[in-house]
Amino acid sequence: MDIHEYQAKELLAGFGVAIPRGGVAYSPEQAVYRAAEIGGSRWAVKAQIHSGARGKAGGVKLCSTEDEVRQAAKALLGKKLVTHQTGPEGRVVHRLYVEQAVPIERECYIGLVLDRKSERIMVVGAPQGGMEIEEIAKSHPDAIIREVVEPAIGMAAFQARQIAFRLGLAPAQVNRCVTTLLGAYRAFRDLDATMVEINPLVVTKDGAVLALDAKMTFDDNALFRRPNVSELRDYAEEDPREAQAAEYGLNYVALDGNIGCIINGAGLAMATMDMIKHAGGEPANFLDVGGGASPERVAAAFKLVLADPKIEAMLVNIFAGINRCDWVAQGVVQAAKETSLKIPLVVRLAGTNVEAGREIIKNSGLPIITADSLADAADKVVAAMRERTASAGRA
Amino acid sequence: MSILIDQTTRVIVQGFTGDKATFHAKEMIAYGTNVVGGVTPGKGGAKHLDRPVFDTVSDAVKQTGATASLVFVPAAFCADSIMEAAAAGIRLICAITDGIPAQDMMMVKRYLLKFPKERRTMMVGPNCAGLISPGKAMLGIMPGHIYRQGSVGLVTRSGTLGYEAASQMKALGIGVSTSVGIGGDPINGSSFLDILKMFEEDPETEAVMMIGEIGGPQEAEAAQFVKENMTKPVIGYVAGLTAPKGRRMGHAGAIISAFGDTAAEKAEIMRSLGLAVAPSPAELGETVAKVLASKGRKSTVAV
Repeated sequence: MDIHEYQAKELLAGFGVAIPRGGVAYSPEQAVYRAAEIGGSRWAVKAQIHSGARGKAGGVKLCSTEDEVRQAAKALLGKKLVTHQTGPEGRVVHRLYVEQAVPIERECYIGLVLDRKSERIMVVGAPQGGMEIEEIAKSHPDAIIREVVEPAIGMAAFQARQIAFRLGLAPAQVNRCVTTLLGAYRAFRDLDATMVEINPLVVTKDGAVLALDAKMTFDDNALFRRPNVSELRDYAEEDPREAQAAEYGLNYVALDGNIGCIINGAGLAMATMDMIKHAGGEPANFLDVGGGASPERVAAAFKLVLADPKIEAMLVNIFAGINRCDWVAQGVVQAAKETSLKIPLVVRLAGTNVEAGREIIKNSGLPIITADSLADAADKVVAAMRERTASAGRA
Repeated sequence: MSILIDQTTRVIVQGFTGDKATFHAKEMIAYGTNVVGGVTPGKGGAKHLDRPVFDTVSDAVKQTGATASLVFVPAAFCADSIMEAAAAGIRLICAITDGIPAQDMMMVKRYLLKFPKERRTMMVGPNCAGLISPGKAMLGIMPGHIYRQGSVGLVTRSGTLGYEAASQMKALGIGVSTSVGIGGDPINGSSFLDILKMFEEDPETEAVMMIGEIGGPQEAEAAQFVKENMTKPVIGYVAGLTAPKGRRMGHAGAIISAFGDTAAEKAEIMRSLGLAVAPSPAELGETVAKVLASKGRKSTVAV
């Protein structure tokens, strides 16, 4: 789960990470009020969407008067920001963060990740900040600092000090940077994060070390024990169908194609999508119905996939181990009847109770196309999709 | 032979009396697995499926001599149960549970290292379908009848895609020595590499099929090992060609976030290191058959 910059900063500040003064705003009036509250004479008005590279997309405006703050807020709220992380559809700005603008002496990069190679939390640092770590890795590969943290001990002060010195900070700033690093590590550990990024970490002209931008991502599997984190979820940032899927215990990811997919198991789902592509089609979604799928859950999955207006054909591919083919078949038949399905449907069943499942499909009286193998299923659904789009073209 | 389990392995089930555990324990027993009991804290002394229930893994090990455990404990408490099993001396733990926090797995792996090498516990999973040595025993939730006994080792991240591979092989008359699901989480008990090493040493395994997916460095690491250390042929596949960057595809670990994480990159690494890569997921069995044929072998047992 991702959260906004201002939320990440508030969480990190709770662990001793120094941040510039700021406040969230939902309207231009509130933005002006925040600026007045913060004081000073220069502010940054920052669009809050779940994406980096907001500055380049015009999502950050520097202001020197309260009127400029008002104008910036007016311009940003409701605006659609397109970054390389949001994709071409972009994200609409609903919240702003008004922040004291600080005079910057230099910028660095700090990130903490769950490193899959060492299976530990790894701290990554670079003396160059303000650009993405992938860019730094390309342009200054030797400058990147990596420290792996021993989980039973936690991050040691010497590790933080080592990083701070290698970032090239002056002795006066090293201790401040150590506080930031240790705080960021504790936030990562205690809140079950999978990523914390402070980019840039800045040294100001008066010697302060501040997190100027921050990003945090959390382990979805641990949200059950982090209520203060899960309440930060912003549904406006998520695909509504994905949020709805989560409520049914389904894993759904919307994609660009026109063949709807309902599959059990993430690996088989990915492989089936590969197979659709191989057969010349494009999947409209990833959907894993999970283990022990009841007829109700299958029916819910069906409706969810059908809600995508792009869908021209649908494929159900179930290899039942923990699942039961007869339950899946019941759910498919029930949902196809309830939605009075108009598009071609291909069903392939295998594994536990397969005979009973096939029987239910056969006796349903519905024009369901059955398939015996993965290849057969992919070929049939792509052919059905082509036939339908071709006849639609003629009409 | 086979790796990790056979019909003599003494198995307990943790979370024994729950619905799913009960269903799958029955299946395992019916398949011929030597299930000697189970653990549900607070239900010690009871009988379940005609087998004794214990309060602690330690009691179960003392009373039954169990060496392997299948863990069905809910995600929030699962890491604790895995550590309990390791402390009690269980040598092979297979965790089916999906949804264990990544940092819990970090602690579990750290904990397993605290034991000396000669009594260290091997862990498989979590978020996996388990393992099966066809015709002998199964420690998991797979439909046993789709596997034919034979001499191809199978190691997969995904459960269902492993079923797909096994049934494609069976349709071609190819059997499996042991199939191991290593699970879809970013931090797992055993990696592809750990399992490949065991298949290389198993005299009955002639070839290995390894099925990975997007995300993480394990497939590349294993392919490197194949090139440098394996005498047996390895056939690969990586699922997720259509997966977009930065989106989690069901499994907690199936996400493209770094260089080398995509299916295309991993398949290319496998090919460049000498593995035969199946051109599509519908050709998993055929690719194995071709490799076996080129070696003059056909992996079947007399029926």
